[in-house]
Amino acid sequence: MPMAAYVAAMVLGATGTALGIAGMLGRAWSVEIDWLVPLGGLHLTMDRFAGLFVALGGAASLPTSIYATGYVGRERRGAVAYVVFVAAMLVVPLAANMMTFALAWELMSLASYLLVMRQGTPSSAHAGWVYAVMTHAGLACLLTGMLLLGAWTGSSGFAEWTTAAPALDVPARSAVWALLALGFLAKAGTMPLHVWLPLAHPAAPSHVSALMSGVMIKLGLYGLLRASFEWLGPAPSWWGTTLLLVGAASAVGGVLYALTDRDLKRLLAYSSIENVGIIVIGIGGALAFRAADADTLALLSLTAALYHVVNHGAFKSLLFMAAGSVVHATGTRDLEALGGLVKRMPWTAAAFFVGAASIAALPPLNGFVSEWLTFQALLQNVQLPVAGLNLVFTLAIAALALTGGLAVACFVRAYGIGFLALARSGAAESAHEVALTMRVAMMMAAVTCVVLGVGASVVVRPLIDVAATLVPAAAPIAIGPGLTLQVSNGFASLSTAAVTVALAGAIAVPLGVLTVVGARVRPRRYETWACGRLLQTARMEYTATAFANPFTRVFDFFYRPVRQVEIEAHPESRFFVSRMAYANPTRFIVDEWIYRPLHRAMRATARGAGAIQSGSANAYLAYVLAVLLLLLAFA
Amino acid sequence: MSSVAAGGADVLRQLRLAARTGIVTEPPAGEADVARLGAALSREVHARFGRSLHIRQVDAGSCNGCELEIGGLTGPHYDLERFGLHFVASPRHADCLLVTGPVTRNMAEALRHTYDATPDPKLVIAAGDCAGDGGIFAGSYAVIGGVSAIVPVDATIPGCPPAPAALLAGLLDALGRRR
Amino acid sequence: MIADVVVALLNVLTVAAGAPLLVGALRTLKARLVGRRGASPWQPYRDLRKLFGKTPVVSTTTSWVFRATPYVLLSTMIVAALAAPVLSSRPPLAFAGIVLLMYLFLVGTFFLTLSGLDAGSAFGGMGSSREVAVAALAEPTVILAVLALSLRASTTNLGGVVEGLAADPLLAVNPVHLMAFVAFFIVMLAETGRIPVDNPSTHLELTMIHEAMILEYSGRHLALVEWAASMKLLLFLTLLANLFFPWGVPAVLSPMPLLIGTLVLTAKLAVLTVAVAVLETAMAKLRLFRVPELLAGSFALALLSVTAVFLLR
Repeated sequence: MPMAAYVAAMVLGATGTALGIAGMLGRAWSVEIDWLVPLGGLHLTMDRFAGLFVALGGAASLPTSIYATGYVGRERRGAVAYVVFVAAMLVVPLAANMMTFALAWELMSLASYLLVMRQGTPSSAHAGWVYAVMTHAGLACLLTGMLLLGAWTGSSGFAEWTTAAPALDVPARSAVWALLALGFLAKAGTMPLHVWLPLAHPAAPSHVSALMSGVMIKLGLYGLLRASFEWLGPAPSWWGTTLLLVGAASAVGGVLYALTDRDLKRLLAYSSIENVGIIVIGIGGALAFRAADADTLALLSLTAALYHVVNHGAFKSLLFMAAGSVVHATGTRDLEALGGLVKRMPWTAAAFFVGAASIAALPPLNGFVSEWLTFQALLQNVQLPVAGLNLVFTLAIAALALTGGLAVACFVRAYGIGFLALARSGAAESAHEVALTMRVAMMMAAVTCVVLGVGASVVVRPLIDVAATLVPAAAPIAIGPGLTLQVSNGFASLSTAAVTVALAGAIAVPLGVLTVVGARVRPRRYETWACGRLLQTARMEYTATAFANPFTRVFDFFYRPVRQVEIEAHPESRFFVSRMAYANPTRFIVDEWIYRPLHRAMRATARGAGAIQSGSANAYLAYVLAVLLLLLAFA
Repeated sequence: MSSVAAGGADVLRQLRLAARTGIVTEPPAGEADVARLGAALSREVHARFGRSLHIRQVDAGSCNGCELEIGGLTGPHYDLERFGLHFVASPRHADCLLVTGPVTRNMAEALRHTYDATPDPKLVIAAGDCAGDGGIFAGSYAVIGGVSAIVPVDATIPGCPPAPAALLAGLLDALGRRR
Repeated sequence: MIADVVVALLNVLTVAAGAPLLVGALRTLKARLVGRRGASPWQPYRDLRKLFGKTPVVSTTTSWVFRATPYVLLSTMIVAALAAPVLSSRPPLAFAGIVLLMYLFLVGTFFLTLSGLDAGSAFGGMGSSREVAVAALAEPTVILAVLALSLRASTTNLGGVVEGLAADPLLAVNPVHLMAFVAFFIVMLAETGRIPVDNPSTHLELTMIHEAMILEYSGRHLALVEWAASMKLLLFLTLLANLFFPWGVPAVLSPMPLLIGTLVLTAKLAVLTVAVAVLETAMAKLRLFRVPELLAGSFALALLSVTAVFLLR
């Protein structure tokens, strides 16, 4: 029975990929079944833009479903929720009216909520609870915004919104935009609405985490893009600058948390926050350019953002699958208990390596191409004549550059501590390579990462077409000789194919020369050098915590680390220490500055409200009467 | 900004000092009393290392007298770098182990590990009387003996401690550079 | 076509063959400044030749990452040499900009820091952690400093920047240019592991950054890593020389201009080398946790420089 469900999900994935790619290339269609649901009926429309996200969902759920068959084993629970989750994610981009959208959106949230709760442990229950609260707070914002827009435009169809919205005045549209952006950004996991993400992603089974991170949070961005570019008419420039700043904060904040986290899957979750931040920077740039009538640049920025959406779908699902394999083989997600897996799980280690190199934006892999495009779009802000706006762009550029450097550090740490050197625990010592299906799934995603990077000039064309449906403008990227992407008539250019060839040649030639001159004598194997000490154990290795220490110290204004030392001495003398405990936890400023006060305020309000809850029916009748009188007085 | 100005003043002072002092390195000293390598080995060393010898210094239990003298080698007066000799931080980078001190029981295993950790081809030079045969510590319960009791030794530089000039001459002899 | 290949080879040869001389000259200069005679400037070549002839020792703990790293590192430097405007303002990989170049260096950092962790020794991990921290913090400054240049040349293409700036007669007195130059100079010191950020000749493991990562390397592996490090220094100095002093960089690929260009580049590099040598002699290495302050200072300069571009236009 579970097997059938996963096979069904594979079929869904393949169908979604095919339909989505066809849609991206221009095969539009539409389905209307008015009687199926109330308030407007079920209404699906495929256009180029929806096609991209359907293709993303399909292409990501195909390997994850294959992976799931090996990963879940005999576990029966969660199979149906998984299929529903995949199906709902494929429907969300197709929804063409409010009711269809809300249904698919909520189905997606509920299915993923059930999957987060699957483990049944207290920590997963907590994760599920936070997830449910955040996702429904987001939904409340979305529904309010959509209902307002529906009321003002007199329709619940998205196409009608697009035509009617430009007639509304700017404050009204901005209010709706703020509500929708809040709702969508909460789903996308940007800071400071990210709190559910680092809890829910690790709690879910890894094939689900892969989809939640690779696809579901992107649907939040899908909604943001639809709302910002289509539903609400021309955007004032503060939408763009807000998104630029939110994206920059998310990118840097996300990667900083990822950099210090010990939990492999939570680290990946934080890194999703970072990557969503990078995408939001691209979206914000596009909106700001659009507001300044620089449509070609807006198209470039949007193309970069969409490219990163696709790329993150590929490498983050790959990384979550690889992390899942590690959890499967060792039973732990703690970096300090891993290590040495490159020898025991070579396939998984290779997959994680490709994912890590891609997400660290190393040329010529895919992460590099989209970050490069984002850079080139942002750098051209000099064409906008407003100094204040230029400064915001410059900050975003600096944030992007810092994020790039920190992401390298983060994934060097994840791979170097988690996979290299000696095993740090018995579990890692006895790890074994995972099942064939899981390996196949990871290799599919790994190959996708390489292809999306090396074949950039092929991939970028349909993406420009898709982006042009939101921002109609002249194509900002031309394909020159040698598969070169030429951005904005000579402002910048790049050929990942040429870089690949050059890198490969520059490895092959020195190797060949050394072989020919006979200088490649076989190395002698001997133990690691450490000043003549006699044996090497994993306790001598640099730990993940130590590796992140320079960052904790440099960014202490952000981490706010606390130093806790407990020393228990012998009663006879304080010089005989019987036990010593050291901890250096970091604190979360978002929690401390936003959510704790909010939580306290809500509890205080609830206590205040409790005072009028006497439990006596007479009192309640009196309240009803009072409200009635009040209403009559105002009416 | 004041620190930048101070940095600028530092640079100027340094330049003036360098100009005033000039080069104080002396020409290498005369023949040293060193147990020479065999002629064949010497040729081999010359061919393999040319004018580049990276040295890892190993203290196998020395009184640190020899270390003081070795430290003198890197200063302006003796300047061993002019001959392509260089002290390195890891035996992996080294061509030559410069061992001082009688080999104590606690350091014997560490010395053997260091020897094994050094890539071939490699030289071992025992510097000082203690490294030669245990010196005044010979026979102590804590000492195994000279370096040759643990690892094969290619050359010995006698002296208690050998003066920097003697060390330099010995190293150059070991390199076959003085013939 | 053949001319292109020849120029590409010339670019790589100049960087690969010139880099050890640069490091050797820097060491000799530093020796002379402290009153030593010092090794000959050609010493690095002898060291490399000797290292290639040795049998490397590889730790039993390591994986393929450790053995692949020297080759990957060298290849990133070769590609960087193809992408940077070294001999002319038309590098063989004509499309390259600063973003590609910096990320190529990051590929090297990625592999090198991983290999530092691969042997499982605490020194390697410590070096990796510090190296990647410095690299990450230097990243925004490099991008912004070069952004300040490319904004005025209206291209991010490095060759284009060189040609665009060379046409500006008032370049040398432009405050934007000077601030960007200082910022880039500081990150150059950080990225290539020079004093005051790292001490290339330290023997004390606890103060090492770059050196601690490569403690495990020997033989030809070490030779490749050292060679690549010297190429990185040459490339950074070349970027400084050609981006900030863009005069005398030929735009045509014929023998005579190339020859003159090479001579001019040599002269510029000589000046920069002397500057680095004097600075290294006169300054002490900073405490590790003071380094971020230095980098933050250079970032502030770069940011000011970019802001000034916007305000002055």
